[in-house]
Amino acid sequence: MAKKFEKGKMVPVPSTAIIPERDIDKTPILECRHLGIDFGGLRAVDDFNLIIGRTEIAGLIGPNGAGKTTVFNLLTKVYQPTRGTILLDGFDTAGKSTEQINQMGIARTFQNIRLFNNLTVEENVKVGLHNQEPYSALTGVLRLPKYWRQEKASHERALELLSIFNMQDLANTPAGSLPYGAQRRLEIVRALATNPSLLLLDEPAAGMNPSETAELMENIVKIRDTFQIAIMLIEHDMRLVMGICEGICVLNFGRVIAKGTAEEIQANPTVIEAYLGKKKEG
Amino acid sequence: MKNLSSSSKKARADYFTYAGVTIAFIVITLLRNAGSLNRSQQGLLVPICCYIVMAVSLNLTVGILGELSLGHAGFMSVGAFSGITAAMSLANIIPSTALRLAIAMVVGAVCAAIVGFLVGIPVLRLRGDYLAIVTLAFGEILKELITCLIVGYDSNGLHVIFNVNGSKTASDLNLLEGGRIIIKGAQGATGTQTIASFTAGFILIMITLLIVQNLVRSRTGRAIMAIRDNRIAAESVGINITKYKMIAFVTSAALAGAAGALFGLNYSNLTAAKFDFNTSILVLVFVVLGGLGNIWGSIIATVVLYILPEALRGFATYRMLIYAIVLILVMLTTNSPQMKLLLQKLLPKRKEEEING
Ligand SMILES: Nc1ncnc2c1ncn2[C@@H]1O[C@H](COP(=O)(O)OP(=O)(O)O)[C@@H](O)[C@H]1O
Ligand SMILES: [Mg+2]
Repeated sequence: MAKKFEKGKMVPVPSTAIIPERDIDKTPILECRHLGIDFGGLRAVDDFNLIIGRTEIAGLIGPNGAGKTTVFNLLTKVYQPTRGTILLDGFDTAGKSTEQINQMGIARTFQNIRLFNNLTVEENVKVGLHNQEPYSALTGVLRLPKYWRQEKASHERALELLSIFNMQDLANTPAGSLPYGAQRRLEIVRALATNPSLLLLDEPAAGMNPSETAELMENIVKIRDTFQIAIMLIEHDMRLVMGICEGICVLNFGRVIAKGTAEEIQANPTVIEAYLGKKKEG
Repeated sequence: MKNLSSSSKKARADYFTYAGVTIAFIVITLLRNAGSLNRSQQGLLVPICCYIVMAVSLNLTVGILGELSLGHAGFMSVGAFSGITAAMSLANIIPSTALRLAIAMVVGAVCAAIVGFLVGIPVLRLRGDYLAIVTLAFGEILKELITCLIVGYDSNGLHVIFNVNGSKTASDLNLLEGGRIIIKGAQGATGTQTIASFTAGFILIMITLLIVQNLVRSRTGRAIMAIRDNRIAAESVGINITKYKMIAFVTSAALAGAAGALFGLNYSNLTAAKFDFNTSILVLVFVVLGGLGNIWGSIIATVVLYILPEALRGFATYRMLIYAIVLILVMLTTNSPQMKLLLQKLLPKRKEEEING
């Protein structure tokens, strides 16, 4: 039997979501609702709610093993979520594959660098351009005019993207023989090549020296400004996170323990206890 | 022009391969016309061409896609028997042997591609050692299936019996007057007109090189190599893994099929047993010794390893020993990180040498 409701009074629902003021009138690029995943008995991520504005730089921090990388893997469908919804630009991503997610607009880098080591730097970026300058396998084998056109376009685009990090001169170096910092930068360029609207960076400054990190900070902001995209980053370098992230989300044991601006997070006693405080001791 | 140097270097290496093969073809043809090659040496020419195509096409799966396939001879046998069937049944309609040979190779390639696609659907879901084992099984299954085939041709067209329980013979084909039996089950193809030629072998090698090398230097090839180097990263940049694995696998199978058709039409008698596990391994040995992903290396290794045992008859006894050693090496290189690192260090150097040399 259908239960009848009476017309009731409306009340504002409390929401902890924050996004930059400039993005307020646009659909958020990402919205996670009650996202969660279990590995056997372990609730690696539970009840994860997050909204990211269209041009926001968001931070995801927390101690090792908190589930940060797992959140990225959920967003990119490396793992299928056990619970919850992910909306990308308002579209539900349920049932999509990693490859489709990328085509929908999420690109990422990896905590443990995953480059195509036997390909050159330029080829790595060109793989990122795979869906940007398409032509069929047969066009490639027969080297039809379209092949030359598209190859020229992707060559130029690859160098243009590499120039963000001043890496044009490394174009012909095998990716596997690059120094660590350059490998991290190349991963960002490759991700950018897929023309994302949300870029996920997993510990982009790991293994970088302070001057490299400072440069990276500038470049992340530059990328956001040039491409007008949202960036979410996982990072342990608090100078970087507090310096450039607008909204910050703190994860501990798979659960969000705090959300807010850099100032709010730094002053939050729960965060200091769980993460920031410990960091200073060590 | 600094930025173009690497890609132009690679393009140059491609042209060296075409040039090298062409020069070899011209020199051998001149020698043959001058009567400097004896009968047994001449007999090696077509099979060498076939094995070169086999090695280069297997290199596409093993070196470029990075999946260990142990059933490549299976595709060769599909190409051989479908090619023989096509050539024999067209004997009365198309008098030109060259045209018939070309059609046979196309039929062989298409049939092998179809089988490659069907085999690829389950096989390409597997990874590493599992894929190797299942391709091995498929190679053997294909061989057994072909052993069950009885095929004949008469004025009514093609007659095919699938002799599963071994109770049927060629007379069950009920061929009309003037019909001929093409494949006789376990006895294989008998009385085949040997229309294969060295020139056709050369053309097939050139086409194979063109397909494989152009594929590698295209968007498709980059996607395939990206999957080999890092599957998860390739997925993360929007590459359809299944599609590109399938493109590589089916192309490889099709080329093996064309090689099989040429090979089959080089012998008046041919059994499916010729395309067993040992043949798959033989081709794999050529690929591994020539260098994974190194096309020129595959060609050289095939020529050297194919001629050596024939030249030194006694050496053939040791071939099995070499298989064993190489197989152990393959297992070591695919499974130990140190060996992979070593291989990575060695490979770029070898590429340099190849360009300079
Ligand atoms: N594929 C997996 N199978 C089982 N447990 C996993 C898997 N991936 C991550 N975990 C576990 O989930 C937890 C969160 O890991 P992770 O997201 O990598 O943490 P971090 O915040 O350091 O990036 C850890 O306890 C880890 O062991
Ligand atoms: Mg992590």
